[in-house]
Amino acid sequence: MTTERKIRVLIAKPGLDGHDRGAKVLALALRDAGMEVIYTGLRQQPEQIVAAAIQEDVDVVGMSCLSGAHNHLFPRVVELLKAQGADDVLVVGGGTIPESDIPALHAKGVQAVFGPGSSIAEIVTYIREHAPRRS
Amino acid sequence: MRLDGLDLSREGEAKTGPPSLSLSRLVLCVNVGPSFPEHSCMIVVRQAGATPLRPDIEDDAAVDLVDRMLSGDQRALAQLMSHVERQSAEVPEIMRRIASALGGGYCVGITGPPGAGKSTVTDKLTAYARQQGKTVGIIAVDPTSPFSGGAILGDRIRMQQHYLDAGVFIRSMATRGSHGGLPQAAQGVRKLLEAFGKELIIIETVGVGQTELAIVETADTTVVLLVPESGDTIQTMKAGIMEIADLFVVNKADRDGAERMLRELRMLVHMHSRYDWWETPVLATQAHKNVGMAELYDTIVQHRQTLSDTGQLLVRRRQHRRQELLALLQQRLMAMLVAQLDQHEVLLKLNEQVQEGLVDPYTAVEQILRGKDILLWR
Repeated sequence: MTTERKIRVLIAKPGLDGHDRGAKVLALALRDAGMEVIYTGLRQQPEQIVAAAIQEDVDVVGMSCLSGAHNHLFPRVVELLKAQGADDVLVVGGGTIPESDIPALHAKGVQAVFGPGSSIAEIVTYIREHAPRRS
Repeated sequence: MRLDGLDLSREGEAKTGPPSLSLSRLVLCVNVGPSFPEHSCMIVVRQAGATPLRPDIEDDAAVDLVDRMLSGDQRALAQLMSHVERQSAEVPEIMRRIASALGGGYCVGITGPPGAGKSTVTDKLTAYARQQGKTVGIIAVDPTSPFSGGAILGDRIRMQQHYLDAGVFIRSMATRGSHGGLPQAAQGVRKLLEAFGKELIIIETVGVGQTELAIVETADTTVVLLVPESGDTIQTMKAGIMEIADLFVVNKADRDGAERMLRELRMLVHMHSRYDWWETPVLATQAHKNVGMAELYDTIVQHRQTLSDTGQLLVRRRQHRRQELLALLQQRLMAMLVAQLDQHEVLLKLNEQVQEGLVDPYTAVEQILRGKDILLWR
């Protein structure tokens, strides 16, 4: 009697900025979409984010960064997940990310990037459609 | 086995030995429909280490996960927890395979109203236990939305200091429809942590009101956390959460009213003790400043020792196993019944009639349970 699969999402704030309004709004929207959202708090190192993602067995890691360090922090999380054999986890990012940075982030395994002006509905739909289907 | 400070052995059990282990198998059959024995429900409690009952349906992936978990792979542990959470078909086999690794953990439940400081106390208690050389598993529970089925699990925010400590494993769980303050899968996840080798397992419940008491069905020691604002004497005399404490903690004890709260609780436990072998201690803490954590830890150790010395640990664990059995059975039978309500012609019609107010639910239940034709579980 396997129950319906729930999408588990880790919402993380890597780096040093202290602005988590966006992360919280998204967390609530994902909750309202029926997902389980683990929120880890501000100023996380990539190592901490990955440790939490592994222990919580999440399907998706969503990172919000408004400090400008996304080019370093997002790919680092992808790398560390891969090193743990968790490369099936969907990694997405958002925040103040210039359009011109997005292709390089995609190339490094950040599968979707939601910059300024993205709608919440768009992000929720993307996560629902792209979360890995696990047994 | 005896470890310094916190004694985590099964001493209490070893003295007498639970009777169920003297049987190689205890088979319980609940027949729910005479004409369709394939829908009977069978629960088999087996001796640890015995060969699998139905090797033909063994799931290789799950078996592999268990092997990896037992050799220390955190990701495998996390994935097994997900199996238990979604009640996958592999769970019985997983549980059979970890059975021989159980028995080394001690489970402490931390419960109390929202905002009492459960996560902070869990965090600081964990830090203290780590200083004592103990490994710790944490199950942090937050509520599932009854509207969307989603949840925000935010207890980890207060536990960041442990993220990179391999001696601490934290798992957030949503209640997923259960109402006792704990998800139904909590017991299974606790066992996985124990099999993984965690010595102290802390379960932090959702913020509870007066009647969410499921924690006592899982924890060896239940800590009820209150704050000075939690209420007056009459509140503390009410039934429910106040009756399940092995240990009261008044957290945020630097706030106004803490002295009065402590005094009233001490009077209450003195007037009315649940057990003649244990008078519930009442402690004061300020978890955010790390005040009172050593005393809390030591008192938990003392409670564990008393449980062990009096044979009560054995009694509790027998009760826990019985509760677990009943809960699983109830869950499976309900799922079967609910599935039939939407499919079976007679049940469907009866359900309709009840919804329209044409038949009262009492009569409908009698018909369902009595009628031979209705018990055609297909």
